[in-house]
Amino acid sequence: MNAKNLSRLAVYSVLLIAAFFFLVPLYVMLVTSLKDGAQIRAGNLLSLPTSLNVDAWALAWSSACTGVDCRGLKPFFWNSVSMAVPAVLISTTIGAINGYVLSMWKFRGSDLLFGFMLFGVFMPFQVVLLPMSQVLGFLGLSSSITGLVMVHSLAGMAGTTLFFRNYYTAIPRELVNAARMDGAGFWRIFYRIVIPMSTPILMVTLIWQFTNIWNDFLFGVAFSGADSKPITVGLNNMANTTSSVKNYNVDMAAAIIAGLPTMLVYVLAGQYFVKGLTAGAVKG
Amino acid sequence: MKSFENILPKLVIAPGFLLGFTFIYGFMIWNGILSVTNSRMLPNYSDFVGLEQYVRLWDMDRWYVALKNLGIFTVLYVGVSMLLGMVLAIFLDQKIRFEGVLRTIYLYPMALSFIVTGTAWKWILNPSLGLEKLMHDLGWASFSFDWLVQSDTAIYCIVIAGVWQSAGFAMALFLAGLRGIDDSIIKAAQIDGASLPRIYWRIILPVLRPVVFSTILVLSHLSIKAFDLVMALTAGGPGYATDVPATFMFTMSFTRGQIGLGAASATMMLATVAAIVVPYLYSELRSKPHER
Amino acid sequence: MAAPLHIAGIRKVFGKGDKAVEVLKRINIDVAPGEFLILVGPSGCGKSTLLNIIAGLEEPTEGELRINGKNVIGMAPAQRDIAMVFQSYALYPTMSVADNIGFALEMRKVPKDVRTKRIHEVAAMLQIEHLLDRRPAQLSGGQRQRVAMGRALARDPQLFLFDEPLSNLDAKLRVEMRAEIKRLHLVSGITTVYVTHDQIEAMTLGSRIAVMKDGILQQIGTPDEIYRLPANTYVAGFIGSPTMNFITGTASSTGATSLFSFEGGSLQLPSPVQGKVTLGQRPEHIHLSDDASWRGQVTLVEPTGADTYVVVKTGVGLITVRTPPSTQVKVGDTVGMTVSSHHNNWFDAQSSLRLS
Repeated sequence: MNAKNLSRLAVYSVLLIAAFFFLVPLYVMLVTSLKDGAQIRAGNLLSLPTSLNVDAWALAWSSACTGVDCRGLKPFFWNSVSMAVPAVLISTTIGAINGYVLSMWKFRGSDLLFGFMLFGVFMPFQVVLLPMSQVLGFLGLSSSITGLVMVHSLAGMAGTTLFFRNYYTAIPRELVNAARMDGAGFWRIFYRIVIPMSTPILMVTLIWQFTNIWNDFLFGVAFSGADSKPITVGLNNMANTTSSVKNYNVDMAAAIIAGLPTMLVYVLAGQYFVKGLTAGAVKG
Repeated sequence: MKSFENILPKLVIAPGFLLGFTFIYGFMIWNGILSVTNSRMLPNYSDFVGLEQYVRLWDMDRWYVALKNLGIFTVLYVGVSMLLGMVLAIFLDQKIRFEGVLRTIYLYPMALSFIVTGTAWKWILNPSLGLEKLMHDLGWASFSFDWLVQSDTAIYCIVIAGVWQSAGFAMALFLAGLRGIDDSIIKAAQIDGASLPRIYWRIILPVLRPVVFSTILVLSHLSIKAFDLVMALTAGGPGYATDVPATFMFTMSFTRGQIGLGAASATMMLATVAAIVVPYLYSELRSKPHER
Repeated sequence: MAAPLHIAGIRKVFGKGDKAVEVLKRINIDVAPGEFLILVGPSGCGKSTLLNIIAGLEEPTEGELRINGKNVIGMAPAQRDIAMVFQSYALYPTMSVADNIGFALEMRKVPKDVRTKRIHEVAAMLQIEHLLDRRPAQLSGGQRQRVAMGRALARDPQLFLFDEPLSNLDAKLRVEMRAEIKRLHLVSGITTVYVTHDQIEAMTLGSRIAVMKDGILQQIGTPDEIYRLPANTYVAGFIGSPTMNFITGTASSTGATSLFSFEGGSLQLPSPVQGKVTLGQRPEHIHLSDDASWRGQVTLVEPTGADTYVVVKTGVGLITVRTPPSTQVKVGDTVGMTVSSHHNNWFDAQSSLRLS
């Protein structure tokens, strides 16, 4: 009885300590963002603010400096939104159609094509940076949000195709055959039968894509200009400015603002992500 | 009529695949072409120099620093994340109350951008006001932690932040693997008299080998791309002490005006990834029998 | 709306070069309008492939296919006006039963009120009207089967195709649904091709049976013909349960009758055959007889209620004999067997083909 209880205690202790390890940075960020400069210097990482000070948040949002610009994170937040939403939708749509064809309308070489596309999931994007910047320049899209949308849609295609194709292969072929005999064509089968069955994988893909695109920094810093920087670039600039005074509270507030959307998605929709990953196609 | 039915699917995916393959393979080749030219600020296709950029690359101290850092970072990042993840997964598998809450706590860092993580940890590991001051205030006066600004220890700070971000993910993969194990095997072992630690060591962990394998794959892949984390935490500094190939490539191409060299470093990164991934993909796609 | 089906010289080859497999080898079948044709055979005999070719889900390598006189090779499935019931029913999981049944009509742009009327008609025929608003996941196996049939019936097509629709049902349901399918065929009169591996289904449902093996049509005929006059030992052994007994020996003609000698016995039978032959005799046409010269030892007694089957070990192997349930025979007994002089099936010992 004691040995068992002791081991239970040990297990819970380890898990609790780990929980602290993962939560403390969040706590530190929050607490720091609510202090003023004096409190930061007087206290330490874990000390609570002596008085609640939300100035840092206002600064972070609308007037902190990110390089030469001093407009806070607000413009970059909206840049990220206008970049992420179209890119998520486009890459998901292309992925769904590709996955549909590759699993239910296979032809000679379709598996090979899939294999080649798969490499795009693992490829380091450093290798496309230079050519992409040339292409964007040629199209007149460098330093534009449209350009970023394009890059993210292309880069996301491999992953979304993978998700949908693997999900759709679990749908029985007989279902497609029955629909063909009933007179449904390629698009009708997709629209009336396959898409209604796609909710789990749609959730997975949308969450995955949104998280990746919102959090991206590489494409953001390589292809954006003064007016099209996404929030990750804005945050990095803000936290790394070599201007005189370091405002740690503003940096922390900014970091939280930048991280909030994907965190919210995770907390609210995370269960759908997990459910989607483990769900197969509907039977019956 | 039948032939239309045959052509339509191919037509439909053609534009997507064309664009996608151009992006992946077309650009790969283009980058390769750039790497054999003497391009500086702008591409210069007429100045063909063969493998000179590669020679330059392998002659640079900075590149070796970057490679060394990549090695250290990858080994530690993957190793510690996996270890921590495995331990947490095993413990969580013991029918814990609040399992759902704990899982959410361990996993949420994955939802954050590496920039957010880097910014937060940059503050936490701040030499004068961060961890060091905290320890002093808690009574440990002689504690010193200026790893972040010291050339030879800064890379370990990046490891810490990275592990914080990704250990939860490793945990999730292992937990899913553990949950997939047939209960009856464990019951049989218990009847045979094996203790719980024994069961884990001899029976469960060996079954998890494929999970270990895929976790290593995913984490290694993340580590090669670890551009964001380094930029946020140290920007490659102090100096270039925490440079990794990803930051090296970016700096050379976009800041230093050495496009040819940058392209060469990108090709090297590609080659490394390909060397691991291509055999894996090949074996995966071969072993799957053709589905109908 | 019953249409004749003409299958001529259909061949199907999968793969290429030395990995090529000829799954169907020149199949010729003519199905009369309104006929219920069964395609029966073991797994891998090609029956499902043939069905898929008729449906248009696969193309033959060679051959001709006509529905109602029209050549349909190359035509998409939807244009052939065929309805099919699949082994797994293949119901659309996100649609209601009513929408499932009406889907094909919807694809043909049938107006909503006509569609609804037809859906209710069909549902009434199949007694599933109370299920119209449910989803397939909420139905039992038997109910799903009915919905699958309803989906096919709603079309009023030229041709019905069934691909082992009863395999996923339990024994009792299977018997029920068999009767249901037969009744519906009577009512609708639509030409039907039905694939199964179950010979009882074949015998009870079909107006004609086509037995297939290794891509070759072994025999096509009415259930009675197949049962009484099998064309080769394969068909003879496939149809009928328990299976027909086969005795290989030598026959020498002595005028109107032959002396058929085999390992451990001989029989005098009124059949003018010569040489190495195989006699096929069904268990119901062999009788236990105390004073018969052909004897053997009983190894198994299987009472089924209506009959008892006695398995006798003889010089030519195990022989199954059907006896009345009142038999007193026990395992270990030595018994004698007489063979009826009617219902003898003679096959060439070499080619396994029937000898007339």
